[in-house]
Amino acid sequence: MTNSAKAENALELTDLSVAYRVAGRNRAVLRNLSLTIGQGEAYGLVGESGCGKSTVALTVVRYLPRNGSITGGAISLDGQNVMKLDAEALRRARAESVSMVYQDPGKALNPSIRVGRQLTEIFELGGVSGRAATDRAIAMLNRVRISDPVSVMQRYPHQLSGGMQQRVAIAMALANDPSMLILDEPTTGLDATVEAEVLDLIAQLRQELSASILFISHNLAVVSNMCDRVGVLYAGMLVEEGPTEVVFNDPRHPYTVALLRCLPRGGQRKDQGRLDTIPGFLPGIGADIKGCAFADRCALADDRCRSELPPLYDLGGRLSRCFHHDKAQALPRATPSDVAPVPKPAAAPVLRVARLNKTYASHGHALRAVKDVSLDLLPGETLGLVGESGSGKTTFARLLLGLVPPDDGGTIELEGKALAPRLENRSDDQIKAMQIVFQNPDSALNRSHSIRHLIGRALKRLAGLSGKALESRLNDLVRSVRLTDRHLAVKPRQLSGGLKQRVAIARAFAGDPRIVVCDEPTSALDVSVQAAILNLLADLQSKEDVSYIFISHDLAVVRYLSDKIAVLYLGRIMELGPSEDVFSGPHHPYTEALLSAVPKLDQTETARIRLDGEIPSATNPPSGCVFHTRCPRKIGAICEQQEPLLAEARPGHAIRCHIPYAQLAKLQSSTPPLEAMG
Amino acid sequence: MSVFQTNFTMQTDTRRRGPVVEVLHQLLCSGTFLTGVVIVLFWVACALLGQHFVPYNALTEDIINALAPPSSEHWFGTDQIGRDVFSRVIVGSRDILTVAPLATLLATLTGTALGLFTGYFRGLVDDVVSRILEAFMAIPGPIVSLLAIVALGTSRIMVIVVIGLSFAPVIARTVRSAVLAERELDYVAAAQLRHESTVHMMFVEIFPNVIPPILVESTVRLGYAIFAVATLSFLGFGIQPPSPDWGLSIASNYGMISGGFWWTVLFDALAIASLVIGVNLVADSVQAALND
Repeated sequence: MTNSAKAENALELTDLSVAYRVAGRNRAVLRNLSLTIGQGEAYGLVGESGCGKSTVALTVVRYLPRNGSITGGAISLDGQNVMKLDAEALRRARAESVSMVYQDPGKALNPSIRVGRQLTEIFELGGVSGRAATDRAIAMLNRVRISDPVSVMQRYPHQLSGGMQQRVAIAMALANDPSMLILDEPTTGLDATVEAEVLDLIAQLRQELSASILFISHNLAVVSNMCDRVGVLYAGMLVEEGPTEVVFNDPRHPYTVALLRCLPRGGQRKDQGRLDTIPGFLPGIGADIKGCAFADRCALADDRCRSELPPLYDLGGRLSRCFHHDKAQALPRATPSDVAPVPKPAAAPVLRVARLNKTYASHGHALRAVKDVSLDLLPGETLGLVGESGSGKTTFARLLLGLVPPDDGGTIELEGKALAPRLENRSDDQIKAMQIVFQNPDSALNRSHSIRHLIGRALKRLAGLSGKALESRLNDLVRSVRLTDRHLAVKPRQLSGGLKQRVAIARAFAGDPRIVVCDEPTSALDVSVQAAILNLLADLQSKEDVSYIFISHDLAVVRYLSDKIAVLYLGRIMELGPSEDVFSGPHHPYTEALLSAVPKLDQTETARIRLDGEIPSATNPPSGCVFHTRCPRKIGAICEQQEPLLAEARPGHAIRCHIPYAQLAKLQSSTPPLEAMG
Repeated sequence: MSVFQTNFTMQTDTRRRGPVVEVLHQLLCSGTFLTGVVIVLFWVACALLGQHFVPYNALTEDIINALAPPSSEHWFGTDQIGRDVFSRVIVGSRDILTVAPLATLLATLTGTALGLFTGYFRGLVDDVVSRILEAFMAIPGPIVSLLAIVALGTSRIMVIVVIGLSFAPVIARTVRSAVLAERELDYVAAAQLRHESTVHMMFVEIFPNVIPPILVESTVRLGYAIFAVATLSFLGFGIQPPSPDWGLSIASNYGMISGGFWWTVLFDALAIASLVIGVNLVADSVQAALND
């Protein structure tokens, strides 16, 4: 705001400690946290859930929940001591100099007030009124690249897509030209394509505005693309800090090293080695920590680490809170990388799907959720299903399982025998052969039942076991998903997310299934837990020779686990082929766009293909090729008039596009179509 | 797998307690809950043991001392036929504390069954049953109860049945909406993928998860049931003389108020109010604890 503040840092936290009062005791969440964000700087804060990232954001504007309190330290915003502000000054600071954008824009916007009113209100608070406020609101929406601001102003938040809502939230945050912008997981709930758009927007706005940014995310790749400097938070302590590139390419704290190793990178696949994991758990909030907080989970830790808190070593422009910062990268693996040999897929497919369709009636329109899907799955093979939300991935999985009956005409064959469309009409052998691991274990595990009951019931019904036999199989199964007897007596809510997902996996494997559908099984989990679950799935597959249908929006994860990929768009397969072919290309323009939208840690930003807008409504799909409205490589009228066939370009690799394969290869080897879609 | 494996499994669970323990803990720390429980337990104790401690027999008439104002001999005075009001108030909870809870229990059982049934099957079954229940709820409760009792005769069982059935639709509606929400959760799909029977689905999978709203709704209903019983007794269709029941006592004495004999009515009225408030305090805190 004021020019005199220029000299000051935008944000300075000094020895900040925050505690939450739970069950009558103050439990430390942030411990002596110090960090500085310079004017115009973008600072990323990363760490697993429970590290205290969001608490930092809330503390900066003194917005802690009622049981939270600042137990020590100082916060200075533009040189102003936030702790000393009275109610009115704090209100002004929140209104004028600092803004927040939260993870879920649907909750940040008032559902019963039109978008325009919510925006003009901010200007009116700033003393602008009537016509002028409306004009400024329109200008603001233009600024966040909303092409039709006048009509957007008239709508209610639920009438906008997630990406649009987040743009509006950003517009509101920027309305008063804040000097400090706090983004708390701003793209976490969004599709990769939309995420890419929002991130591009934030990057562009950074150049136009002077705001400093505190960017909080669990996604290391996003932070590495967006931020100048990054701080790694662990158990409420800063364990490493430095310029983003330096920290991610040359980490000096074992926690950072381990986090980076958990991610499947550079096209790593399951047959090339297991992912590394981080053993153990984050200390609970308020845990009494002597020495280094990470010592319990660190293979480099010695007695000194366990008894003495390491200082933040200054390593020339970067910091690391580790006695062994010089050899952090020599951290031994927690999980050996060797893998069991992957069995060679047999010739006869275990699953054969032909012309599967699903049409819902929606307000008198036909909504074709799945259209003409045909594919085969071999034993021991993983089929990855990718596509934006709304592309029909989950519906397809539910059709296979019989939870939703398909339209007449299509066939599903399991080991050569046709499956009844409805679950009730399938035999017990057929249902146990095909099971599912759901995305959200809280919904998938009955919270009233103990873990023993949950797994035992599945063994009884699916494997037909009882008594001693059930007991011994239960023990084997529990051990094979790396749970122990201690976990059996408890209810799901007493377990962490990763452990719950192991229970769900054990349940799916109870009846020796031939096929397990994994519907985003790791999307709710932290990366270290995700790595352990992916390893488990890969191990179980090589042991049991089971096939997976793996649904995920995270392409690196899909690539790690899949042998074959199907790319879905509006319920249609746009591309189907061996994983390596689909990823390395040439691929369908939609696949190309999906791949290019993924934020990457490894490579510097190349020109990105942007997909404009959202996936069209399935009740009224575009004519011709359904992708033509967003396709950056559209060749002409033929795309609008005629639906291309899913044609085999190479043996086993089919692409639904009018552009011939050789032409695609040529196009995609050269530069991407720059800004094809404005 | 590695040395860390032991660490990994040892550390998890004990941080969080089981749900039941958690709720109990929260209730026992709640002033609202404790106040409510003390009030309710007081009246329960009076109902069970009151007759051994009261200074007079609640039914003994003493015409000479009729309508005596409160004094050291008769703390709450006497009524128009000389019965000791204090003794009557203390033992007067006996009938209402059997009838109202039994009516609530009946309402809860019927309502839960209907709610599980309609919520689980959805579709046509739900439409038909729910519309009938809604029609039933549209008629003012007291009128339904009065008509039913007049038609079927006055007895304690009748009061229980009539109040129980007239409260059932409300509970059914609550249970139904809870079941509808549960039905959408993935554990139901997982159970379908095990070919579980309908009975198993309803009672083993879904029912345990809708107990909290049932508990809340029935404690709330208990408050209303006490009120309803008192009302019916007041109107002469509930508990019958010579019971020292509060509603009944008010009915037989309220004509006296204009004569200045307030004590014949006030203490019974306060007793009803305190019991209803006690139950509502419990209901509120149970709701707060379970919704957390």
